[in-house]
Amino acid sequence: MADPLRLEILSLLEENARLTAEQIAHMLDLSKENVEQIIKELQDEGIILKYGASIHWRKAGKRRVNALIDVKVTPQHGYGFDTVARRIYLFPEVQSVYLMSGAYDLSVALEVDTMEEVGRFVEKLASFDFVVSTTTHFVLKKYKEDGIILDEPDKDRRLVISP
Amino acid sequence: MNLEEKISPIVKQLAPSGIRRFFDLVNTKPDAISLGVGEPDFTTPWHIREACVDALERGMTSYTSNQGMPELLEKISQYLSDRFSLAYDGQSEILVTFGASEAIDIALRTLITHGDEVLIPEPCYVSYTSCVQLAGGKAIAIPTSSQNGFKLRAEDLEKAISPRSKVLILCYPNNPTGAIMRKEDWEPIAQVIKKHDLLVISDEIYAELTYRGHHFSLASLPGMKEHVILISGFSKAFAMTGWRIGYVAAPEILLQAMLKIHQYTALCAPITSQIAAFEALKNGLSECEAMVSQYDRRRRFVVKAFQEIGLTCHEPQGAFYVFPSIQPLGMDAHTFAEELIQEESVAVVPGDVFGPSGKGHIRCSYATSLDRLDEALRRIERFVKKKRKNILLSSIS
Repeated sequence: MADPLRLEILSLLEENARLTAEQIAHMLDLSKENVEQIIKELQDEGIILKYGASIHWRKAGKRRVNALIDVKVTPQHGYGFDTVARRIYLFPEVQSVYLMSGAYDLSVALEVDTMEEVGRFVEKLASFDFVVSTTTHFVLKKYKEDGIILDEPDKDRRLVISP
Repeated sequence: MNLEEKISPIVKQLAPSGIRRFFDLVNTKPDAISLGVGEPDFTTPWHIREACVDALERGMTSYTSNQGMPELLEKISQYLSDRFSLAYDGQSEILVTFGASEAIDIALRTLITHGDEVLIPEPCYVSYTSCVQLAGGKAIAIPTSSQNGFKLRAEDLEKAISPRSKVLILCYPNNPTGAIMRKEDWEPIAQVIKKHDLLVISDEIYAELTYRGHHFSLASLPGMKEHVILISGFSKAFAMTGWRIGYVAAPEILLQAMLKIHQYTALCAPITSQIAAFEALKNGLSECEAMVSQYDRRRRFVVKAFQEIGLTCHEPQGAFYVFPSIQPLGMDAHTFAEELIQEESVAVVPGDVFGPSGKGHIRCSYATSLDRLDEALRRIERFVKKKRKNILLSSIS
């Protein structure tokens, strides 16, 4: 059973990684030391993976190319999905790799600077013995990412004072 | 023609809202962080909005029955039973209104004749007194204080009762204090209500926003249902303020009387809002719960922050307001609020807007993101330190 206190700290940090241990302690009615201890445990146990910012790169003037590649593979003896996935996810340009049910096996998300790089990556992928086929989809526009709607500013429309 | 003279004396004597005046001042500071807002910062959950969009696309644009759509009335009946152990018949004891506001108005107009006295624990929501006056009644305040956590006490109620007392308006969880009443707080009050045959208008719009424990509805005490007109709505629990949708539940005789006013003055609540309200009760309770847990976090954060700033603040257990005392600073709440907005661009509401017993307090709403609350409280801390220093300096010189 997951500890509800740990879950609460995680959801606070997921929403805003910049909260200090002191602020979290206030919100959850704990001591600062207690919160620091729990956060340290969560980091040590590999539950908190990293603290990052969600960035609207296009707005920042940086253009990136995103592609989703459906990959069909044939796992061989002693060479299962996990090993195949590892061969792929170690490439730094790979953002995520999921094992899927359905028409194909691995869903690979790629983020690079140019279309040519996508082409080179797919070529590399297709040359692996265990890869049966690949289908590449380019992302044309991002509307929502990591739960955040990108081009709809979170505006407070309320009256400033109301009874 | 002197138009001023044409206005009815009852309307003329209504006090302009104290909030209104302050609102104009705040509007000169567009970048202010507002803790003055009496509504959720969440948007209505998407599935509720979507249900309304879908209904519009299907052409649901007609009147409904005066009382409200039967399936919504049934749903409200079931909800009141599930959540608060209340037994109201959807066909004869519930009426869907334009927000809780209309419900308060028609309840008062149904009960009050000229000169009847209406008891109102204070500080209280700004509309009650004016609605009583519009109905021809006389509002009698029952002051409550921070020493008692702003709860209503039986002895204070007893003291305020006169032969003309007819109605008691209650609002727990309370705006502006955040006070709540537990079962044991209600029991002695119920005795007084029975003894004097009072009718209660119980505004339970904040019922779902009760922290550490469950809301207890006065009408669920044995023998109390016939004394109570229960008013609630969707605004606070489901973040639906702009939809203007609420309801009133009462014994059939009273409900049918209120329905008469409603059918002639409002006809029916908007069908789009009724459809959204139905969806809220059907599928929205988990979102409501998630919002409540967010409010609870903020509540604990804000109470602690005020304690550290050194402004005493009783712990509110409902709604989304804290009501700290600013008395140690030796300034009245209006001056505090006006200087705070001018010097630190933070808007709060002076406590005496909610009646004289709110004086020396400010109402801060925590229906605002934690980031903004954090920034606002830093600014309040800086402001309070500066004022303290001024007091110290003036006492030396």
